[in-house]
Amino acid sequence: MGWLDRPASDTQISHGARLWLYALGVLVLAFLAIPTLIVIPMSFSQSQYLEFPPREWSLRWYEAYFSSSSWMAATATSFKAGFCTALLATPMGTLAAYGLHAGRLRFAGLAILALLTPTIVPVILVGIALFYAYVQLKMVNSFVGIVLAHTMLAVPIVMLIVGSALKSFDLDQERVARSLGATRTQAFLQVTAPQIGFALVTSAILSFLTSFDEVVIALFVSGGDNATLTRMMFLALRDQIDPTIAAISTLMIVITSLLLAVSQLFGKSES
Amino acid sequence: MTAASAFDAAGTAGDDHASGLRRDQWRERMGLAGLAVPALLLVTVTMLVPLGWLFGLSFLDDSGALSLEHYRRMLAEPSYGRTFRTTFEISFVTTLICILLGYPLAYFLSQLPRRAANLCMIAVLLPFWTSLLVRTYAWLVLLQRSGLINTWGMKLGLWSEPLQLVHNMGGTLIGMVHIMLPFMVLPLYGAMRAIDRNLLRAAASLGSTPVHGFWTVFFPLSLPGLAAGAALVFVLCLGFYVTPAMLGGGKVTMVSNRIANDIELFFNWGAASALGVVLLAITLVVLVLAARLSRGAGLFGAGH
Repeated sequence: MGWLDRPASDTQISHGARLWLYALGVLVLAFLAIPTLIVIPMSFSQSQYLEFPPREWSLRWYEAYFSSSSWMAATATSFKAGFCTALLATPMGTLAAYGLHAGRLRFAGLAILALLTPTIVPVILVGIALFYAYVQLKMVNSFVGIVLAHTMLAVPIVMLIVGSALKSFDLDQERVARSLGATRTQAFLQVTAPQIGFALVTSAILSFLTSFDEVVIALFVSGGDNATLTRMMFLALRDQIDPTIAAISTLMIVITSLLLAVSQLFGKSES
Repeated sequence: MTAASAFDAAGTAGDDHASGLRRDQWRERMGLAGLAVPALLLVTVTMLVPLGWLFGLSFLDDSGALSLEHYRRMLAEPSYGRTFRTTFEISFVTTLICILLGYPLAYFLSQLPRRAANLCMIAVLLPFWTSLLVRTYAWLVLLQRSGLINTWGMKLGLWSEPLQLVHNMGGTLIGMVHIMLPFMVLPLYGAMRAIDRNLLRAAASLGSTPVHGFWTVFFPLSLPGLAAGAALVFVLCLGFYVTPAMLGGGKVTMVSNRIANDIELFFNWGAASALGVVLLAITLVVLVLAARLSRGAGLFGAGH
């Protein structure tokens, strides 16, 4: 076993002497990855009781999901809310990040802090505060209400991503464009936007996912015809372990992975 | 000389033209800052105002008069104390386990060649990317009485009766650790990657053993990452709702769950909002303390 005696790092510790580290590392990685992955094969089980490995394979839980009008309606609401959130949060967060970055005003720090508060305040508080406000405004269970709430959660994420992209971008390029006759808007759209395109696409995708995954606020302010998928999943799971949710979970894993793969591809083509 | 200081210098010369330029510049910068208005308006309308409104309720008694009744009751009733103790216990233990599991994992990843580390990173990011509900559901399925862990444990003869693994404190902790671990590993890994390997080589050449070198050189340099990760995990745990609600099975009540119960079951807005004020105050105190501490750790010359 010559490999074990060879030094593993500059400090001359051997691989053998820290075999425990490798074992522990792999175990923790398995702890992180396996629970999520194990849901996928389970979702193809024929049995009422989720088993691994499934004794009989079937698509019955997918059929149950796709033939249920309430699951389908909730899925449609979640997709719509996600799209609207991405559509609103991306320009709002980008404008804020750009304005505060390029404006270099003294109170910019304060504004950034205010815009980041949704990431600090426990989400349950936002949920019940909004519920209280929406009750007075008769906006409970409204689609607009849920989109506004999710957009507020997504704006700080967009701001952080676009803000960090702008930090590594040289704004003098815009000044050059403007000195050549472009307006501020043209300069932004034709010079800056294409170069921070990766950040914009990532922001839009993460905004969508923020809305798509959000449970707690949806629990309080969405319902009736506008219940989101996560709200329905949460309520269903509180009562019993429904195998339909394994199918839904699998689909959610696939959707998320696809979206993130797309954002990674954009990143590759940029660099 | 930056554009701004050029304007300043010209301005002190008392030149009319320059003051005009300065006014233009000021107007432009105000216009730019104005771009943040839609976002600020949204956050104000959908969070700051409702939150202020809610918090106002905590200072009104049932008849609508100003009073500290809800806070007094919070101090008087022992059940509130228990809720806060549970919240701190869970947050503390989760953070501790995340440190114990996350530190070796981040160290292991930081020692791997870049490409292998990036590959392993997928396992760290996978739960990070997967819906919170999906992951909590996965644990519900694994830990239930007829779940995978009970079946295999009994098959292997480790125990003979199905164990109660979920709907209790243990199940909640497992779920919480699984969800929080990436938040610990990512800042730690970043901090560890930034450590200059030559420092360890220097320590070794001066006669330190690998273990000694780790504790005197590497570990102190990784502390800012550890502090950042620990603070993040602790604060996120304080406000957690979904996992204790699902894996705790009604037996584990954190502050968030209590707030939700006060609203959903008892429509007691006053009690819920008083709890909310205290929860937010604790969260802010922890964040400020963490910012102080990590700055202190930064004094050792670590990180960036």
